[in-house]
Amino acid sequence: MSNVLVVAEHLHGKFPKTTLVGLAAGKNLAEKSGGKILAIVLGKDVDALAGELASYGVDVVAVDGPQFEHYLADAHAAAITDVVKQKGVEDVVATATALGKDLMPRLAARLGAGMVSDISGIVDGTTFVRPMWAGNLFATVKVEGAPRVISVRGTAFEPAAKGGSGNVEKVSASAGDGKMKFVEFAETKSDRPVLTEASIVCSGGRGLKNGENFTTYLEPLCDALGAAMGASRAAVDAGFVPNDLQVGQTGKVVAPTLYIAVGISGAIQHLAGMKDSKVIVAINKDEEAPIFQVADYGLVADLFKAVPELTEEVKKLKAS
Amino acid sequence: MKILVTVKRVPDPETQLKINAEGTGFATDNIKWVVNPFDEIAVEEALRVKEKNPGSEVVLVSIGPKAAQEQLRTGLAMGADRAILVLSDENLEPLAVARVLQKLVEQEKPELILMGKQAVDYDNNCAGQMLAELLGWPQAAFASKVELAGGQATVTREIDGGLETLSFPLPAVVTADLRLNEPRYASLPGIMKARKKELKEIPVADLGVDVTPRVKIVKLETPPKRAAGRKVGSVQELVKVLHEEAKVI
Repeated sequence: MSNVLVVAEHLHGKFPKTTLVGLAAGKNLAEKSGGKILAIVLGKDVDALAGELASYGVDVVAVDGPQFEHYLADAHAAAITDVVKQKGVEDVVATATALGKDLMPRLAARLGAGMVSDISGIVDGTTFVRPMWAGNLFATVKVEGAPRVISVRGTAFEPAAKGGSGNVEKVSASAGDGKMKFVEFAETKSDRPVLTEASIVCSGGRGLKNGENFTTYLEPLCDALGAAMGASRAAVDAGFVPNDLQVGQTGKVVAPTLYIAVGISGAIQHLAGMKDSKVIVAINKDEEAPIFQVADYGLVADLFKAVPELTEEVKKLKAS
Repeated sequence: MKILVTVKRVPDPETQLKINAEGTGFATDNIKWVVNPFDEIAVEEALRVKEKNPGSEVVLVSIGPKAAQEQLRTGLAMGADRAILVLSDENLEPLAVARVLQKLVEQEKPELILMGKQAVDYDNNCAGQMLAELLGWPQAAFASKVELAGGQATVTREIDGGLETLSFPLPAVVTADLRLNEPRYASLPGIMKARKKELKEIPVADLGVDVTPRVKIVKLETPPKRAAGRKVGSVQELVKVLHEEAKVI
């Protein structure tokens, strides 16, 4: 029996959109491999979460206990391994978020599994498509043997929709030797939408020149549009903004309805993180910038003039 | 303290790679090879630990072709003490890399392993986490700050939505993210000294580790090109097309 187990990441008592993308990928894989789909939720007092997850029509395995209150790679890998063995699981799936990228390789090593990272497509039960070399190439790869551990690109599938009801089963599982300890999570407080969930993203690049200009120029535009703010790797590298805003192959992959790239030249690795956006706008003073080759609408202009103007025009439009 | 740092030879990330004639990999002609940028950050971090803890030793490890000597020499020129090159003409998958490193860890017995969070060629982002599991050691992937004191590590990690701090006893595996530090350039005396530093080569077969691939590349393709759109003449025109034509605002 080749069951598929989806690791359901949660934050503040909710499942983010990225988790539902992983769930959709797991369902797709289970259909192709002919196995049953299961989802696992780990944490402290997860009854409500487990019930919520079951409303997506999957059977849920809940691993509950204080030792799982905070995500820790060693404890989670140990517990999921127990469940994989109990439930005849051949594929473990999670979205390639920061947590998924941290956890899944450790789990794969513990299981001695073949691992495929950041897949963008499923061909059949053992064959997957994934980007490599900063998105220059897509490889179709086949995994030999079982189990398999798969992380899924957060934009690769439509998020799973609610429907049906699964059973919830509580199981006890090992938390490993507990060497790793959680100290704190300093959450970035923002009223803006989450980068990987927003329908509009405005990203800034090195053209913004410094971190203050992100605040002065880009943030008002984001707020006028109700957009999330992103950044190119060059801007993160230069220390303008934190790394969790980075859009690109080594940062976050986004596919919003509208992506506005401001002062971003369009390095390959950045394009890999946003080129599946529905509509791309580029504002750059260099008309030769590679970003214009992928932009639906390009504006060759000095961003320090164009962005405030754009913010005002958007406000006018919204008010009308 | 002995610190093991991984250094992978990768194509310069600015290079536009093309598929080779056999369709099995990328065309290697006219490619500039560099140290994986995340590994460079890991080397820098190791050197900073060494500066704070005199008597420490920084040992570099690369797995790759003989030409990877070049990247190891770069790390030695930055200030690392010696290097090991595990010779393999095939690119090993992450679990095989982790097994090779596990073997070397048994021989070298480092207290800290620093690695780049991912190699910018295959972009797997796996080997560090896998190595930690094989060794039964704690891991801190995507580190932006590392503090070591009294055999304990406190590491800040850049995760979705903020910064997470973990603590754990050494030995451990830490993988470097972009903002951990700004790597130094090798000085001229550093480059001169690097030529004389020990660089040991070991054929991968001599380690007795199973490196058989589990994941095989069946096909490589260039992604569909997104067609360039058009230029608009003004901000007003841009807002108009986004509202009326694309209907996205």
